[in-house]
Amino acid sequence: MANSLETGTYPSSWKKAPFIKNSLVRWLIIVGGAIYLAAALGTMNIDLERVKEGLPRAQRFLDSFFPPNFSDNRGVLWEGIAESIWMAIISTVAGIALSVPIGLGAARNLAPAWVYLFCRGIIAASRTFPEIILAIFAVKLFGFGPFAGFVALSLGTIGFYAKLLAEDIENSSASQAEAVKATGANWFQWINYSIQPQVMPRMIGLSIYRLDINFRESAVVGIVGGGGIGATLNTSFSRYEFDTAAAILIIIILIVMSMEYTSSFFRKWVQ
Amino acid sequence: MPAITNNGIETWRLRTSKEQWIRWVCWLIGLAVIMYAWQMISEKTVWFFVTDAPSQAADIGSRMVPPKWSYMDKLWKPVWDTINIATIGTIIAMAIAVPVAFATARNTTPNIVVRTIGLFIIVSSRSVNSLIWALILVFILGPGVLAGTIAIGLRSIGFCAKLIYESIEEIDHTQVEAIEATGASGPQKMIFGILPQVLPTIAGVGIYRWDINIRESTILGLVGAGGIGLQLNGSLNTLAWTQVSLILIVILVTVFISEWVSAKVRGAII
Repeated sequence: MANSLETGTYPSSWKKAPFIKNSLVRWLIIVGGAIYLAAALGTMNIDLERVKEGLPRAQRFLDSFFPPNFSDNRGVLWEGIAESIWMAIISTVAGIALSVPIGLGAARNLAPAWVYLFCRGIIAASRTFPEIILAIFAVKLFGFGPFAGFVALSLGTIGFYAKLLAEDIENSSASQAEAVKATGANWFQWINYSIQPQVMPRMIGLSIYRLDINFRESAVVGIVGGGGIGATLNTSFSRYEFDTAAAILIIIILIVMSMEYTSSFFRKWVQ
Repeated sequence: MPAITNNGIETWRLRTSKEQWIRWVCWLIGLAVIMYAWQMISEKTVWFFVTDAPSQAADIGSRMVPPKWSYMDKLWKPVWDTINIATIGTIIAMAIAVPVAFATARNTTPNIVVRTIGLFIIVSSRSVNSLIWALILVFILGPGVLAGTIAIGLRSIGFCAKLIYESIEEIDHTQVEAIEATGASGPQKMIFGILPQVLPTIAGVGIYRWDINIRESTILGLVGAGGIGLQLNGSLNTLAWTQVSLILIVILVTVFISEWVSAKVRGAII
């Protein structure tokens, strides 16, 4: 701008400001990204022959998906769905019951440093491993069936729920906590009357959201033997009953959609 | 103010009798559902295996230490594959998610039909887990990294598009109006009025999803879709527990690094 003022001319064209202002950083990111992409695609060894071979198969595969077979020949479809729903409910409840003490311990404003570090460690471990890996080990320990899925989903819930609970407690207003403490409340009364009312509405919403996630996850823990609709889905894939598999996928999508709708409605109502 | 009269003295309480009853009934129903759910699960459980679990855990635990560090030589390539699945999958997802988001957002959608289609794409992509996508794609494309990458891409579209279209709906409209006042055409309004406002969100959502995808791509190998999950599955099937523990450590480290990178980059953008 100073330049154009000195020379007395105004720029006649305008260029959009770049997203990353530092031009060196911008070029480094672009060049680095291009090199990475070339390297990544180069080592992916995509077998085009195999893909070409697969495409007619995909056609046949999709054909055998339709029409979806809801008739449930082996009588396992609705049983699997019911099992998934019960598994989701019970693992959400158990997971939240475990999360509350851990979440209280992981809030920096409530817990001493060693409790804080211990609880944060539990949360980090639970968050790192996907539910499937937890489910593999649960199946090894507890045998095939919904109990293993229940354990895996409960442990997975801790990482999610305890973390958000701890963060919510850390963000809660300290003056209310102080006021309740000033009345001479003991520790449980203090938590119950100052912290709990502040975090409750959000936590109810999150528990419904987690129920939603747990149902979705219960559809996959079955692939490694954790029971539920995932087991039925996996069986129907390995028996090449694709029409049943399509029916299961449609049912999962419908249930998830309706749960998402009700959960967002319910969350609005709570808050 | 709800109060209870006891021996002629009015005492304060939180809820009226009616509210108290409603709460009580809700709790009763909730507990009944939980008890029923628990019964359904426990009916299908072989309790012998469950009571046996502590000794099993001790057994497996003792077999898992020490991790077989020399196996690391064979893990570098799968780790590289895992990162590639997540990165390229995220790029594919973002390339599709941005147009879908613009087609779905209430203020940029061409018409209601397109919006409904966009919403349908978002919901169906979100409700099918990436492992199920991978299961289907392995049948079509054959086992390997490609199936995993596309599975991650398909799964991420819904998540990214949902967050982006919500931010498009929340943009500051005065800026778009200002651009419109200069006589800009529709696409110009999009590029100069709307896009600069949502660009930080788009970049942030992409990085955030990439972090999630690293985690998800570690397990895709279980159904044959490439990455470190392949090694994990192989080691589990051959009961090579020392390899399993090494793989778990590698996954832990990879996830931690990706989380750190994602947090740093998002901090720099927003």
